[in-house]
Amino acid sequence: MTTLETTKPTEKKRDRYSAGVMEYRKMGYWEPDYEPKDTDVIALFRVTPQDGVDPIEASAAVAGESSTATWTVVWTDRLTAHDKYRAKCYRVDPVPNTPGSYFAYIAYDLDLFENGSIANLSASIIGNVFGFKPLKALRLEDMRLPVAYVKTFDGPATGIVVERERLDKFGRPLLGATVKPKLGLSGRNYGRVVYEALKGGLDFTKDDENINSQPFMHWRDRFLYCMEAVNKAQASTGEIKGTYLNVTAGTMEEMYERAEFAKQLGSTIVMIDLIIGYTAIQSMAKWARRNDMILHLHRAGHSTYTRQKSHGVSFRVITKWMRLAGVDHIHAGTVVGKLEGDPHTTKGYYDLCREDFVPQNLAHGIFFDQDWASTRKLMPVASGGIHAGQMHQLIDLLGEDVVLQFGGGTIGHPMGIQAGAIANRVALEAMILARNEGRDIVNEGPEILKAASKHCLPLKQALDTWKDVTFNYSSTDTPDFVPQVTAAE
Amino acid sequence: MRLTQGAFSFLPDLTDEQIAKQIQYCIDKGWAVNIEFTDDPHPRNTYWEMWGMPMFDVKDAAGILFELNECRKAHAGHNYIRVSAFDSTHTWESLRLSFITDRPAEEPGFSLERQEVDGRAIRYTTRSYAAQRPEGARY
Repeated sequence: MTTLETTKPTEKKRDRYSAGVMEYRKMGYWEPDYEPKDTDVIALFRVTPQDGVDPIEASAAVAGESSTATWTVVWTDRLTAHDKYRAKCYRVDPVPNTPGSYFAYIAYDLDLFENGSIANLSASIIGNVFGFKPLKALRLEDMRLPVAYVKTFDGPATGIVVERERLDKFGRPLLGATVKPKLGLSGRNYGRVVYEALKGGLDFTKDDENINSQPFMHWRDRFLYCMEAVNKAQASTGEIKGTYLNVTAGTMEEMYERAEFAKQLGSTIVMIDLIIGYTAIQSMAKWARRNDMILHLHRAGHSTYTRQKSHGVSFRVITKWMRLAGVDHIHAGTVVGKLEGDPHTTKGYYDLCREDFVPQNLAHGIFFDQDWASTRKLMPVASGGIHAGQMHQLIDLLGEDVVLQFGGGTIGHPMGIQAGAIANRVALEAMILARNEGRDIVNEGPEILKAASKHCLPLKQALDTWKDVTFNYSSTDTPDFVPQVTAAE
Repeated sequence: MRLTQGAFSFLPDLTDEQIAKQIQYCIDKGWAVNIEFTDDPHPRNTYWEMWGMPMFDVKDAAGILFELNECRKAHAGHNYIRVSAFDSTHTWESLRLSFITDRPAEEPGFSLERQEVDGRAIRYTTRSYAAQRPEGARY
């Protein structure tokens, strides 16, 4: 790469800088021989060019428009170390079974990015190029974040290990529930749901993404009644409890005020929504770190750009950015629940949250080895349309470092909220006990649940109520590579 | 009340056979099993008394069950006893499993004290009824 300058004849160089429009591939944004450096950021885009546009030219244009290029040659490039700052597309592969779409690998020099800033990273990589006319569609599929860049971020404020130590809960998934109905409850009524669910056996309850401060419930009322409920449940069980107090608000100042109040009341955890933006998320992560607070992130809004395979940003990229940004919890899919989630793709997200080194795994949608260099682990949260009867599947698919959130599956229990919570907790503990004993929970799961329900009527009622509820729809965001296929090198 | 700390408190008390299987699971994972006891079960009481050191080199659940029974002889009936497992793997280096094996005959539980402070805010204190008596004379 360092020889790039010298290998080009001087005549060629003059051509490169004569005024006018020039193909991106001829301006240095296509370097098929380039070998990415260990310190390069690498982005993998799914590029769908307009009809008649050459895929390599389209991919080079993506490299250009996401780094130094503009639509025409500018002489001021020559005042800079332009070879270094140009992003280099070095590989373009057709997407398997998808005519007209290509995977473009683009390497960016580390100096293109500001330390510790998702805002800067995202402004560079997705800032401009997604509206580029010669493309029909563009999707950022994955990124390789070099250790040199990872280390400029704090990472999760708390992380899985310290969260477990603080809560004194080991060896099983954590259990949560979102308070329902999500709109309309007064603070006093809302706290009732929190108390019943926590006393029954859940570890956490949760505000929903759009519970902020509305006419029916001022945020301070919610915080006060919720903390009464948390403390009362904690005293009645002798176990640490928490409720994600959503501090999302219209300004940073208001969010800080709400977070400070949550801290003052002794909450272990606060919550924000993805829609507050990357900078606000990083600010809240710094706040959480300073105040010994677990920070829950609800991925509100993500499906507007993550769900369709042709255009947008994959959730695996958002997951990586959020681990850097420093949240402690992120909703990452359930596979079996009511929301989008292919099993292999979801496994990929969970690995990115929890592992220190995630190897390339095309069948899971992971295009690059990702070394997290001891960045704290991000707790994935599974939420949306899950119930006790699926416990064996959930543990098999998602493992034990996860928060399983049964909202309807707790509050909708025929005998009440406490009964719903008891059912979920008994199902969970019975399944972990059986798994650790070496039993085949995938196949014996229903039997294990049935046996556990013999000493637990609420579990029996839950199993009877929801026995056949599943959400079997095909996913829109699936891996492009089936497990048998190996990487095309 | 029933203290619900630990991974299996919502199940009927584990039999020794069930405890042995959990211990063997931990040993097979390469974790060091540890026995602790306390008569102060406050949820924020992190440091229970250790029954010896974590058993780094015991590779058989029976050996740990022997120690658990020794601990029971000395402390059961008026203490909680828990078994936990430490994983020394890089980036974890903490507990992987923790569960209660023995409880005092009576569990009186906790009181919640409320101190009304500024505005409608309340400062909460959780107090174990048993821990209001001196250590060793609580259950």
